Amino acid sequence: MAYPQEQEYYPFVGPYDPCPPITCKTYSTPPQLYIPFQPPNLPQFSPHEALMKGTLWPALFSPYESRWGKGR
Amino acid sequence: MWIYEKKLQYPVRVSKCDPHMAKLLLEQYGGADGELAAALRYLNQRYTIPEKVIGLLNDIGTEEFAHLEMIATMVYKLTKDATVEQLKAAGLDAHYVSHDRALFYENAGGVPWTAAYIQAKGDPIADLYEDIAAEEKARATYQWLIDMTDDVDLQDSLKFLREREIVHSLRFREAVEILKDNKDMKKVF
Ligand SMILES: [Fe+2]
Repeated sequence: MAYPQEQEYYPFVGPYDPCPPITCKTYSTPPQLYIPFQPPNLPQFSPHEALMKGTLWPALFSPYESRWGKGR
Repeated sequence: MWIYEKKLQYPVRVSKCDPHMAKLLLEQYGGADGELAAALRYLNQRYTIPEKVIGLLNDIGTEEFAHLEMIATMVYKLTKDATVEQLKAAGLDAHYVSHDRALFYENAGGVPWTAAYIQAKGDPIADLYEDIAAEEKARATYQWLIDMTDDVDLQDSLKFLREREIVHSLRFREAVEILKDNKDMKKVF
């Protein structure tokens, strides 16, 4: 049940666009989109890890990396 | 009533002097999809929703105030030691002439918060769908804020807040399923 947390698409690039194109655009698709109702007895993070991550549930954890400095 | 704990829900560390980031963070303070709007929306809607989901709105609405406090801490840390010249360079000169370095409920563009940002329709499904949308918009705002800074400590706190929006969104989606009283859904367990 591993759904992608990010999707990509490739918008049209025109020959007369003013800026160098960002050819691949991405958007987040975090886990809540794929879990209509959380089933019981899912695995849990340790209490400390849960506090750091913002969720008790690995199935709900969603990483996000800054676009800063990555040219996108 | 509430019981106050004198600590933040998650630590806020800011390692880079960047008053302009304070201006951007105001979007989550007094913006349309910010934490104030979220807290007031849920804590108001809870009176006219079926009993099964009142507790959910109560819990999430309360947590949003804890998030508001984290954002306030970030803004305060980023502006308290900024000189007037730095505030002007950060685009906070208009804020300064009205508020000095005080925090105020406004968005990143300086527009003051308004109750017109939130709704209480009285229709439980309409209200919960608004709440799901609000959580997804707040999640997106956190993404764009994370994109706008290279301060990894600030990013860390913002990533925590983004994750909480994801959990809230799922809980509101579950509330819709509960109110639909969808028996098939329960067979999925
Ligand atoms: Fe939230």
